[in-house]
Amino acid sequence: MTINQSGWKPTTPIASATDTGTVTGNRALMLEEALIFEIGDTDRTGVDIAPASADTGRLGTLLRSAPIGLPGLTEPETVRHYTRLSRQNYAIDLGLFPLGSCTMKHNPRLNEKVARLPGFADIHPLAPKETVKGAIELINELAFWLVDLTGMHGVAMSPKAGAHGELCGLLCIRAALEARGDARQVVLVPESAHGTNPATAAFCGYRVENIPATAAGRVDLEALKARLGPDVAAVMITNPNTCGLFEPDMKAISDAVHAAGAFVYCDGANFNAIVGKVRPGDLGVDAMHINLHKTFSTPHGGGGPGSGPVVLSEALAPFGPLPFTARYADGSVKLIEEEEAGEEHPHTFGRMTAFHGQMGMFTRALSYILSHGADGLKQVAEDAVLNANYILRSLEDVLDAPFAFSGPCMHEALFSDKGFADGISTLDLAKALIDEGYHPMTMYFPLVVHGAMLVEPTETESKAALDQFIMALRSVAERCRAGDESLKSAPVHAPRRRLDETLAARKPVVAWKEPVPAAAEAPTPSEVGDR
Amino acid sequence: MRYLPLSDADRSAMLETIGVAHVDDLFRDVPQEARLDGPIAKLPSHATELEVERHLSALARKNVPAGEVPFFLGCGAYKHPVPASVDHLIQRGEFLTAYTPYQPEIAQGTLQVLFEFQSQVARLMGCEVANASMYDGSTACWEAIGMARRITRKSKTLISSGLHPHYVSVCNTMAKFTGDTLETAVPTLTTETDIDDLIGRIDDETSAVVVQYPDILGRVADLSGLAQAAQAKGALLIAVVTEPVALGLLKSPGEMGADIVVGEGQSIGVGLNFGGPYVGLFACREKHIRQMPGRIAGETIDADGRRGFVLTLSTREQHIRREKATSNICTNAGLCALAFSIHMTLLGEKGLRQLAELNHARAVELSQRLAAIPGVELVNDLFFNEFTLKLPVEARPAVHRMVEKNVLGGVSLGRLYPGEAALANGLVVAVTETATDKDMDALVEALTEAVK
Repeated sequence: MTINQSGWKPTTPIASATDTGTVTGNRALMLEEALIFEIGDTDRTGVDIAPASADTGRLGTLLRSAPIGLPGLTEPETVRHYTRLSRQNYAIDLGLFPLGSCTMKHNPRLNEKVARLPGFADIHPLAPKETVKGAIELINELAFWLVDLTGMHGVAMSPKAGAHGELCGLLCIRAALEARGDARQVVLVPESAHGTNPATAAFCGYRVENIPATAAGRVDLEALKARLGPDVAAVMITNPNTCGLFEPDMKAISDAVHAAGAFVYCDGANFNAIVGKVRPGDLGVDAMHINLHKTFSTPHGGGGPGSGPVVLSEALAPFGPLPFTARYADGSVKLIEEEEAGEEHPHTFGRMTAFHGQMGMFTRALSYILSHGADGLKQVAEDAVLNANYILRSLEDVLDAPFAFSGPCMHEALFSDKGFADGISTLDLAKALIDEGYHPMTMYFPLVVHGAMLVEPTETESKAALDQFIMALRSVAERCRAGDESLKSAPVHAPRRRLDETLAARKPVVAWKEPVPAAAEAPTPSEVGDR
Repeated sequence: MRYLPLSDADRSAMLETIGVAHVDDLFRDVPQEARLDGPIAKLPSHATELEVERHLSALARKNVPAGEVPFFLGCGAYKHPVPASVDHLIQRGEFLTAYTPYQPEIAQGTLQVLFEFQSQVARLMGCEVANASMYDGSTACWEAIGMARRITRKSKTLISSGLHPHYVSVCNTMAKFTGDTLETAVPTLTTETDIDDLIGRIDDETSAVVVQYPDILGRVADLSGLAQAAQAKGALLIAVVTEPVALGLLKSPGEMGADIVVGEGQSIGVGLNFGGPYVGLFACREKHIRQMPGRIAGETIDADGRRGFVLTLSTREQHIRREKATSNICTNAGLCALAFSIHMTLLGEKGLRQLAELNHARAVELSQRLAAIPGVELVNDLFFNEFTLKLPVEARPAVHRMVEKNVLGGVSLGRLYPGEAALANGLVVAVTETATDKDMDALVEALTEAVK
């Protein structure tokens, strides 16, 4: 079976000569790249595999008869294909990535190096424990620092991402409530919470109710207090919140929630703004996930993987998931799985992933924590907050900053589209920034602000980099206010112009299909005559 | 502080622009009593690159890497060598340090890769569509059960005794909170799987049947009858693949009628990593695409009519639907999906088949040698690269005795099923292309000693 029926040509147009003025669709170093299905073949391969006996006797009638249709490429073709594709991506290694609430900071390469040590990368999750002592020790060492930095009691290491950590935290809360025979049904989520928060609460069977924000962009404490009652299991708060502000009433919120018999879940996605400055445990938080990839820098890889350990208060720690690590008085470290759970960790709510969690991220996070140390982590928070406030102050004369009156922002600055000319949107500003060589900021989030723009520079940007970004953003913002119609056609310098997302959703094409060969054309009379 | 570019002079200038005297003024919303004044109690000050590397290397040296000893562990994580070009390519900064492709005009590299990945996974699983990856196989399995519930509007799920017990645990954890009823069982050390039993238990209340292929004991069985029986009662068949290399030789679950096929993609392109990061695979019938959780990349055109790719059907997702979303997943395992896709491209259909043949041949050869050890029985009739032995002694101490001979000889069922006396003598042995003749000799010798 041949996939590559049309030679190297793409099955749908990737570019036309009129756009680029070139025959290939390439433009000097900007190279077009077809799909592997269009350039590869099922009989081509980039690996040399030792020959095997053709004994398939243990497969019975299940031996595959039909082809799969997987294209192969040789190694040089593979390297070129993916290298070319990589060049169509913006990345933090190329420049500022000001995504609010997503935290894209420099990724130290030492972290990559240590995560690839065979002693970590090449060990099996079910290896006999005496052969993986160093890995267990590493998990426990990281767990120790996470507890220390947050002022909490214990930590569940296995959640695979921030949203998975939210799930873990809510499951701990639910297990703790059930242990005391309390079947509460409602989770309160402030308006400015991450979209994953209500999704998570609903996913574990809770009814979700919103709590409004005040005009100053904070949780409305009085509204929250009024809603608390015997049916409320938990309140999910993001602090610093998604308006970029610290919740100054956090302790009062926690006290009120605890007095009502409920628990406080804190979305720790923005922990990098306060690490080394504030311990969430001191504010009364019962559970908080830490996005290791954000606060302690794991490369995001175009969408993940992430890692979301959950720090827990004394009330919730006994209910944490398996496997669980614990350090004993004699200094020894133990990884507790199902077999020991009964005696060592009897109240666990169970397992939430097949194995121990994201070991690769644990290694990177520990490397990052030790590299910064106590002094460096404090500086991380200070520089992240300094950089965000510098952007806020430098742009508030050209961009509306709805909560600038509320006080300093934390690690991210929030702007809105107020003041833009009619018909010019946040989207237009974002696409124009692309032409200036920047990845746009987070758009239309948080939902409490119209046309929101959430800018998070992080601590790994220099003043020079910030000044250049501010200059670019200022120029684009002024065009938005002036109603520059050319913004509508931005970007013009990116590998692609604006893409039709409606078409993609209306007629989803999510896997490559072999093109239907055009019917062979009947010979024309003259051709027949020529024979 | 090599990762922080601001100088003290920069900081002073910026504070002046902001209009505050000291950086702590920017933290003034934090109540005084909650602020940490001194250094964090126990953490030392920043360390040099050399110091950190030494510390972590010392920890790494306390572990025994799979590549350094005769190694036969499987049960959901498999040792396959990854071509050097895979790790090289995923470490290109433009892939490694990119974000979720929310701005498609400057994320075509990631988006095209995800589209190619989806196409590869769909074909491998025998389905029409696939998503752009999930956390891992176990969580994908739970997501599939949730998807079946949304499609069938029923909430009873039959789970085969051959499903990985950790996957069962994950599903049990979640089901306690969602109201799903899961009927689970532990496997028996027999040649036959429980497919006939499952067929007999499907009723009108059944939302889905979950079956692993090959199963936790390495057994393979035809799923077509089960698929027909499920569909006849309005239920879906969910197949779970933890060793995708098997599909190079075996009929895919989709071909046999499975409605949703999920899997663990670690075998292709991703290392063992002590359990993570891995990559969850998720494929299904096209008619169910709007109920599929997770991210999806789709083809479209740009303003000039040129082909391009975007994230699509996002109205199912948490950032739009909030509490009505199909799933709370936000992050996906994009970089691991990239590694999977590159490795699969290097293999191609030809390489995948050769790899599968080599795995199978090595496993058949070793199974015969191990079954010849006095007292050791081979449980499986049919298997791919993993099979179960019934030892004359408990497998758990036998595994530890083999470690003393520097052989990692398999996974004991006693570890996976604590408290199940009937399984205590079971040892699951996985054989991949990494097993040399000398490795096999070492295992035969170590196991012979260990069962005495």
